[in-house]
Amino acid sequence: MTEMKSIESRNLHPAMNLRSAPVILDVQHVSVDFVSERQTPAHAVMDLSFMLREGEMLGLVGESGCGKTTLMLSILRLLPAAGRIVSGKIDFFERDLLDLTEAGMNDIRWKNISIIFQGAMNALNPVRTIGDQIKEAIVVHFPRTSKQSLAERIDELLEMVGIGANRKDQYPHQYSGGMRQRAMIAMALACNPQIVIADEPTTALDVMVQAQILELLDNLRHKLGLSVILVTHDLGVVAEICDTVLVMYGGVSAEYADVDSIYNDPRHPYTQQLLKAFPDLSRPKDRLIAIPGYPPQLNALPPGCRFAPRCPQVFERCNIEQPALYQLGPFHQAGCHLLSAS
Amino acid sequence: MSAAPILQVKNLRKLFPFSSEGIVHRTYTYVHAVDDVSFELGQTEVLGLVGESGCGKSTLALTLLGLETATGGSIYFEGEDITHLKGQPMKELRRHIQMVFQDPYESLNPLMTIGDIVTEPLKVHGLGGDKREVASRVNHALEDAGLNPPEIYKNRFPHELSGGQRQRVVIAGALVLEPTILLADEPVSMLDVSIRAEILNLLADLRNTRGISVLFITHDLATAAYFTDRVAVMYLGRIVEIGPTLEVLNNPAHPYTKALLSVIPVPNPRQRRERIILSGDPPNPVNLPPGCRFHPRCPSAFERCLQDDPINFDLGEGHSVHCWLHDAPVSASNRV
Repeated sequence: MTEMKSIESRNLHPAMNLRSAPVILDVQHVSVDFVSERQTPAHAVMDLSFMLREGEMLGLVGESGCGKTTLMLSILRLLPAAGRIVSGKIDFFERDLLDLTEAGMNDIRWKNISIIFQGAMNALNPVRTIGDQIKEAIVVHFPRTSKQSLAERIDELLEMVGIGANRKDQYPHQYSGGMRQRAMIAMALACNPQIVIADEPTTALDVMVQAQILELLDNLRHKLGLSVILVTHDLGVVAEICDTVLVMYGGVSAEYADVDSIYNDPRHPYTQQLLKAFPDLSRPKDRLIAIPGYPPQLNALPPGCRFAPRCPQVFERCNIEQPALYQLGPFHQAGCHLLSAS
Repeated sequence: MSAAPILQVKNLRKLFPFSSEGIVHRTYTYVHAVDDVSFELGQTEVLGLVGESGCGKSTLALTLLGLETATGGSIYFEGEDITHLKGQPMKELRRHIQMVFQDPYESLNPLMTIGDIVTEPLKVHGLGGDKREVASRVNHALEDAGLNPPEIYKNRFPHELSGGQRQRVVIAGALVLEPTILLADEPVSMLDVSIRAEILNLLADLRNTRGISVLFITHDLATAAYFTDRVAVMYLGRIVEIGPTLEVLNNPAHPYTKALLSVIPVPNPRQRRERIILSGDPPNPVNLPPGCRFHPRCPSAFERCLQDDPINFDLGEGHSVHCWLHDAPVSASNRV
């Protein structure tokens, strides 16, 4: 192995630049139900809105089952058969994706919006080479690409994600976990999308490999001007590289703000609790504070606020009425009755 | 750490023979899973064992339990050599050293009730005496694991419980034997963040309520930082640094520890720091590099690291490190 070190210094992304960047994805009041014949429908996502600007990295945070993946699949219209988008709009460059035909949507997927699925690094085809699998991603969307430009593009993509074109003829088992995840990123970038959705891209990886992958994603988005939605349950990861954060709980938006406000001025009790439950090396001997109970069942939601049964600051109104989202600043929203006065 | 250590590990080695070529000329190569590891676990101490996957931390735990046979070195439990125990004495020993596995979704029998699951270890070890005593032990274990009141859980099945509750059942199953040591192998990595804290707090409390020592195995230094007294950092089968947790966090001595600390995400965007990202993956534990096994990835490697395997340097106050940078004359003058 050669000299291998990389020391990188990082700065906060100036929020100013982001505010002026054009909005490319505008999700408005989207609700998604999962229906089944016998049971009451599960409201997996309810009245959820957010937007994504060019070059922005949005962190989508929440516990398992809070609807993060459902929301992402709705954007791509890849929900499983039981899933229905019951209301809302998803504007991509001012075109509502929900109005598109299936063929029209096919044209958007991968060319405009691609996704790195959760655990996808284990979903590579074991009997085909990495190069071959990247090729497929391109050919499906650009069938008339010449052999030579295909080969060039594959080399370019592999170099871009730090694999090295000389490894394109290798099979997935010859790659380490981190390398496979890089290959998945290369595939997601194959057709030059404007938006990449990364669903828990580092969850199964070691800390050091996680750092490598996050660094790669961050570099790529600056280099390619990508917008990225990073779906994760890891608040540390979000603090490291995201510009904005959407905290979901039980299918609704609990808090939505720029990254600094989420960590330094959290207004929703769930966000506050979540931060206390997360180990932070800068205060190693504090006791972690667990959130008692567990997230709600989506087909048996509490009548009022979904967080009420676990909330330390719950009061009467919370059990009766669902809170609205309160605007707390130019870019800070939270859905909690405690904020109704402000 | 007080009095005599409850567990002592000296120069422990576990090699796995691997790949033989030909039938006549059989040549073995070895995976150096655990290579010359020494440490002590004090009474009611919580020791964190931190390292990336493949560094040998789980093999170490299995070897301590006698589930893998040590290739070399020795393990002492309460002063007694237990390295090569077999049969009844080994079974006896396992009562005292219990393991909590990683995945509570797979380590509970779905066809058994929680009560039966927690009772089973008592049956296996022929403990507990009459029915009433068994029941009281099981209740006590469930209570200590935070499943309160035990009656409402005993007749339930694992699928009726959440992930956090399941992990509590696993812990209760270990506690019912009244062990002195718990080996917890990544006990929270499968759980949601909001649930993790309660399991970690539970483990930390057990030393007070039950006087238990815990060996906490994890890849996450941040989690280890929260409730361990001391922490040992493992790289490719060897403990490269060990010391009191706060001391290691504040004054990491090994370049690997420094790198690990620097990449732990800090949940505060105002504290985005310089990160030392080691590229590549740890080298293959079959063909270890000559000299220091970390040198190919080490940002501070110099000539000596390429040739000589570093010895242990004592930094005082129980903090020690395997790294040539701490050899006095070198660190003073000719660093490269």
